[in-house]
Amino acid sequence: MAEEAPAIVLDKVNKWYGTMHVLRDVTMNVAQKERVVVCGPSGSGKSTMIRCINRLEVHQEGRIVVDGTELTDDLRALDTIRREVGMVFQSFNLFPHLTILENCTLAPISVRKMPKAEAEELAMDFLRKVKIPEQAKKYPGQLSGGQQQRVAIARALCMKPKIMLFDEPTSALDPEMIKEVLDTMVSLADSGMTMVCVTHEMGFARMVADRVVFMDRGEIVESGTPTRMFEDPQTDRLKLFLSQILRGH
Amino acid sequence: MTMPGNSAPAALHAPIDARDRPPSSVYGPVAWMRANLFNGWLSSGVTILFGYLIIRAAIGFVDWGFLNAIWTVPALPNGNPDPATCRAVRGTGACWAAVGDKWRFITFGRYPYDQQWRPGICIALFLSLYVMSAMRQFWRKELAFIWLGILTLIGVLMWGGVLGLRYVPQDEWGGLPITLILATFGLAFAFPLAVFVALGRRSTQMPAVKLICVLYVELIRGVPLVALLFMASVMLPLFLPSGMNIDKLLRAQIAIILFVGAYVAEVIRGGLQALPKGQAEAADALGLSYWQKTMRITLPQALRLVIPPLVNTFIGFFKDTSLVLIIGIFDLLTSGKTAMSDPTWQGSSTEIYIVMAIVYFGFCFAMSTYSRSVERKLDSAHNR
Ligand SMILES: Nc1ncnc2c1ncn2[C@@H]1O[C@H](COP(=O)(O)OP(=O)(O)O)[C@@H](O)[C@H]1O
Ligand SMILES: [Mg+2]
Repeated sequence: MAEEAPAIVLDKVNKWYGTMHVLRDVTMNVAQKERVVVCGPSGSGKSTMIRCINRLEVHQEGRIVVDGTELTDDLRALDTIRREVGMVFQSFNLFPHLTILENCTLAPISVRKMPKAEAEELAMDFLRKVKIPEQAKKYPGQLSGGQQQRVAIARALCMKPKIMLFDEPTSALDPEMIKEVLDTMVSLADSGMTMVCVTHEMGFARMVADRVVFMDRGEIVESGTPTRMFEDPQTDRLKLFLSQILRGH
Repeated sequence: MTMPGNSAPAALHAPIDARDRPPSSVYGPVAWMRANLFNGWLSSGVTILFGYLIIRAAIGFVDWGFLNAIWTVPALPNGNPDPATCRAVRGTGACWAAVGDKWRFITFGRYPYDQQWRPGICIALFLSLYVMSAMRQFWRKELAFIWLGILTLIGVLMWGGVLGLRYVPQDEWGGLPITLILATFGLAFAFPLAVFVALGRRSTQMPAVKLICVLYVELIRGVPLVALLFMASVMLPLFLPSGMNIDKLLRAQIAIILFVGAYVAEVIRGGLQALPKGQAEAADALGLSYWQKTMRITLPQALRLVIPPLVNTFIGFFKDTSLVLIIGIFDLLTSGKTAMSDPTWQGSSTEIYIVMAIVYFGFCFAMSTYSRSVERKLDSAHNR
């Protein structure tokens, strides 16, 4: 029974910035261990939607349930969800005044109350998984963009989240660094993590996504398996979007 | 034919190495002077004119302050110093003997003469407190206890009345210890106050707190410190219930804390404002609580950003403590001015002003040098 409960439920979610309607009746379920790729033109509300899932943004109508907990004004619910959901940002957002290792151990120690030694061991484990254990004592400013983004992934994983959110994790990177980050995300997907990932990397979507969701102007326009979406788009908007992306690459 | 490159003989590189350094015509002191001081007729003329003025002033100062100066004077039969030789050189030579005679009064004010070793130790304690707080190896929790301990010790030494020390009421204190007390307590309390006000002013959850913080900052900033000091010394006693008599120094101290707090709060708020939003968001996304996020992520980075304006505020405020002169508190400047009014040393105020300026300058220069070294250290630690 509990196995069947979806990891994330978005039910007719609406959000406005002032008078601008940025999310319109967004309804989507993400199953446990499902990997969803969200794509769509710039300004279509992808970031807003994904940020509503860990309540960095507050929705105004509809229901969001994450891992069985509904997102409300209740602060305890918020704490629970923030622990269960990890997030990776386009601009990395590492803490520049802390070392790589401290970036990774801060939340486990202060939020999960993990002993320092244990947190450091855990952090080193994840830094090895993202293949940069040797950088542990450096500061973020001393790393390349690709390395920083891999640290950001490791930092989120150190909280042992059940769900990982990615908001365009490779769009701030130079082309030669995109692959190292995508490889990290592929191996994370292989480990069975529930993932919602905003990205325009179609190769990545084909390789790992169970489902691709296409958003435009605040709505979910179309969704389906990557093959179906990319080879047989049903709506004109998706066709247009795909043609623009392919031309762009 | 071989490929040039890897196997090229070392001799080929020699002329290139020699050209690594720019020629002295574009680099070095001579080039610097040519580019900055003698760049054209007008620039050369201005340089020569100002050079002349500066040299003339320097010669005049050396003449007055050293060559023609009177360092000691003989004593009169009654034991007092005889200022006659000083009077003779008035206008052409400095009378450092006045400073030599008056330095204890300038430093300690009207504190009982035979007890002045107590404020003397207090000055040393203050200085060691500053030095310790400046050193990184002392930046840990125990430092708070050290502060508490030393400040208590200073209180005991100044007041006395225990441990066989004679009781010295506060209105007999004076000089440098008063300035250091006002500055040190002023900072120690204004800084945390400022942090809370800065955070409160940015609060989105608590509009009432935000309003109070905005009112506090705007009201205090809209009033000159002199007015605040007057209010604290003259008006406050009128509002307090009769019998409740807060000591004058404490009232001035509170006025200073409130004043500095408002300015420092705005500096800190500027730093918080300048941080990228992503820092707070990343902390939120990791599940850190508000205080964890503030204390570990946003505040440390914001403070680092505002070190220069913060030190600027501190330096300004250190000098502003001398405004307590106008409400009759006996700080360094007041005791200096009182020393000048001694009829024996009439006409020696310049010398005393110079000595006091050196003392103020020493503290301010130490602050700014230290802040620059901290900035450099933080920069090299976190960047590149
Ligand atoms: N904080 C904000 N205030 C006002 N408008 C915003 C804010 N954040 C985003 N928007 C607007 O909401 C829309 C959706 O933005 P976003 O979710 O960032 O789109 P995407 O990530 O798909 O590019 C855009 O039109 C954007 O300008
Ligand atoms: Mg976006």
